[in-house]
Amino acid sequence: MIRALALLLMLTLALPARAQEAVAVFTAPGVDTDAAAGTAPGVSLIVRSTTDIAILAPALTGFVTRHPQITIRYEQWGSNALYADSLRACEGDGPGADVVISSGVHQMVDLVNRACAQPYRSPLTDALPDTRKWRNEIWGITQEAAVTIYNSALVPAEDVPQSRFALLDLMRRSPLRYRGKIATYDIQASGLGFLFAFMDSQAATTFGGLLEGFSRVNAVATCCSAEIIQGVAEGRYLMAYNVLGSYVASAPQANIGIIHPTDYTLFLSRALVIPRGAANAQGAALFLDYLLSPEGRRALTEANLIQQPDREDTSLPESARRFISIDPTTLVAMDRHRQLNFIAKWRGTFGQIAP
Amino acid sequence: MAKAWLPRTLLARVMLGVLSLLAMGGVVVSLAAFAYGQNAAQQAFDRLLVGAAQDIAESVNIVGGVPVADIPVSAFGLLSLAQDDRIAYAVRGPSGALLTGHPWATAAADLPRSLDAPRFFDGTMQGEAARYVTVVRPFSERDYSGVVSITVGQTSRARSEMAYDLTTRALLATGLGGVALILGAFFVIRSAMRPLERMAQELAERDPYDLTPMPTDGPAEVAVMVASMNRFMQRLDRQVGAMKNLISDTAHQLRTPVAAIRAQAELALEDDPAQRPARLDRLLRRTRSLGNLLDQMLSRALVIHRTDNAPPAPVDLRDIALHIFEERDHELLSPDIEVLLDLGDQAATIMGDEISLREAVKNMLANALRHGASPVSLGVTRVGDRAEIWVQDAGDGPPADMLSQIGERFARSAASRGKSAGLGLSIMRAVAQAFDGTVGMAQTPAGYRVTLSFPAHGDAHNEVGP
Repeated sequence: MIRALALLLMLTLALPARAQEAVAVFTAPGVDTDAAAGTAPGVSLIVRSTTDIAILAPALTGFVTRHPQITIRYEQWGSNALYADSLRACEGDGPGADVVISSGVHQMVDLVNRACAQPYRSPLTDALPDTRKWRNEIWGITQEAAVTIYNSALVPAEDVPQSRFALLDLMRRSPLRYRGKIATYDIQASGLGFLFAFMDSQAATTFGGLLEGFSRVNAVATCCSAEIIQGVAEGRYLMAYNVLGSYVASAPQANIGIIHPTDYTLFLSRALVIPRGAANAQGAALFLDYLLSPEGRRALTEANLIQQPDREDTSLPESARRFISIDPTTLVAMDRHRQLNFIAKWRGTFGQIAP
Repeated sequence: MAKAWLPRTLLARVMLGVLSLLAMGGVVVSLAAFAYGQNAAQQAFDRLLVGAAQDIAESVNIVGGVPVADIPVSAFGLLSLAQDDRIAYAVRGPSGALLTGHPWATAAADLPRSLDAPRFFDGTMQGEAARYVTVVRPFSERDYSGVVSITVGQTSRARSEMAYDLTTRALLATGLGGVALILGAFFVIRSAMRPLERMAQELAERDPYDLTPMPTDGPAEVAVMVASMNRFMQRLDRQVGAMKNLISDTAHQLRTPVAAIRAQAELALEDDPAQRPARLDRLLRRTRSLGNLLDQMLSRALVIHRTDNAPPAPVDLRDIALHIFEERDHELLSPDIEVLLDLGDQAATIMGDEISLREAVKNMLANALRHGASPVSLGVTRVGDRAEIWVQDAGDGPPADMLSQIGERFARSAASRGKSAGLGLSIMRAVAQAFDGTVGMAQTPAGYRVTLSFPAHGDAHNEVGP
């Protein structure tokens, strides 16, 4: 219906110089389809995000339906590239986006700390808890769990690791069976992967054991949620650690099982920033308010971008929920020495980055 | 000279003064609160800053001859206690080369010597006011020797907010206190002023002819005013009374003698010439008597006026007696009566008015000369703490029925007879009353004595005055 009318997806093969992976233009239903060609009536809002277009599309469509005078140009980027692009725009080197949304929360906090964002306040932003905003310049708009997934057809029920301890034991017990069959994000390729691994290293001592275990089973560090999920579904991987639950749930596959680790489960809130040089800051503010409004939240919830941790199928105890808060402490993950140190340790386990 | 801008009522003036004092105090307190707030916020957040810097300093290790920082999350946790402030930090080697952190966090110009001597300084961070601290950590390892400097900075939002918060709280408390003080001052001042208001109201409502005393309750300052006002009104009352008396006395007492003189004069004209010398002689006596009466009335008016107006001074009664004796009026008045002077050798000084006393004693002497028997004595004695001046004659004194009405202002019978002992006694009584004295009349073996007795002033043996 509305989505079918408004959504136009095109692959960006024609733009090799730019790092965006895909682009889509959203206009209100009934607006001339020429808008898609770039002669958009009204105002254009450039949104750069790490989120897959398909997942965010309902929310974007809802927004342009509510504000028909605005056309959204949505660009999907990798988190590291998006951070680099935002820094470049912040330093005045060419135009930037109007809205930046990234799962690399530490990178977004760093942008704010470098005074690359502009403040905005409304009753809706004020209603956010303190752990999901900072300086009124960055806001957490989603709530997504980092889960372990497994191929339910290939992994026997007794092997399903409900916690990190179980996963450790599993890797010790049957290293041969899982050799090369456990995947996780490559922390150098993915900002989100780095953040999850870094938070793991902060959260518990299991992290050292995990690295050792991954090393023993020759785990695979690779890029991108979609690829990992696809791999597990196809049986290329039996298990994947620290995958964003929202991607799994939004692309349901019959043979994928989801585990919220019971020792602790990280919850991530994608960060939205309005860059200081945003050409359409007003539209960006409207967009933010929409995402925080009940209507926007409903759209995000339907897209599994807002997950209630107390849902029945997770049954996580309160103490096992670790929310990655949006505040300056995440800046530690941006420190050069710590990054070098951390990556060195990681590479010791996973070997050099694949060419 | 009242200034035009000052309010009219005393209450408003005092309140204006109190208000301006409080306003001055308020300004001082505000400045102090502002300075205090700033200082407190500065100290509180400087501690966070130096805590974070030292956390980072301690995380630096020498790894393969190179200092490597393992930035602890707790350091940034400390900094993020200032919730909305941006952060900058830098770890630098001995040459100032950046090891890790933000290049814009420049170190202090003069590096401190040791870890526990932080160097604070103000600066900016991307255009926002910021506060920085630099600490150093010296290393003396086999493969590395030198200092590593750690600079941590933070924008000043939380500081300003805290300073503002502290200041406004202090000001709010001060303001409430000030309002309470103003209200309190208003009520205290108004209750203190109430006696004045009451007095003013009483005076305003008073009949202008009402010279009765006002109540003298209330605070001492007001009581003094009321008392002196009462004294003033009493004096006025007495003087008005004396004036009234003088006028009515004159009218009463002169009518009869003047009518008598006219009758005598007419008779002298109409009678046969043989009777004329006797008539004229009677006319002369009547006229002389009228003169005496006038003298006495005037002297009484004088005495009453003086006793109210002339302040008492030390007077030796012997001087009075001597003065009267030396005037020798008595030789003129009654040449056939012998007058003796009896002065003691003790000083008889009292507080009084010389002229009034003289008039009184003159009247006493004249009475004795007129009604008494020769010889007449004029004397002064000192009896204990009292000084007395007296006149004594050898007679039996006035008849008893006359004594009963003696001293009254109206001695019409006396006046109508051309005699005026009544008026003389009234003068004596007025003088005695004015100077705390008494009038005594007594029959003694030696004769009839009239005494004026006053409290003595000073020692009997020491001469007082010139």
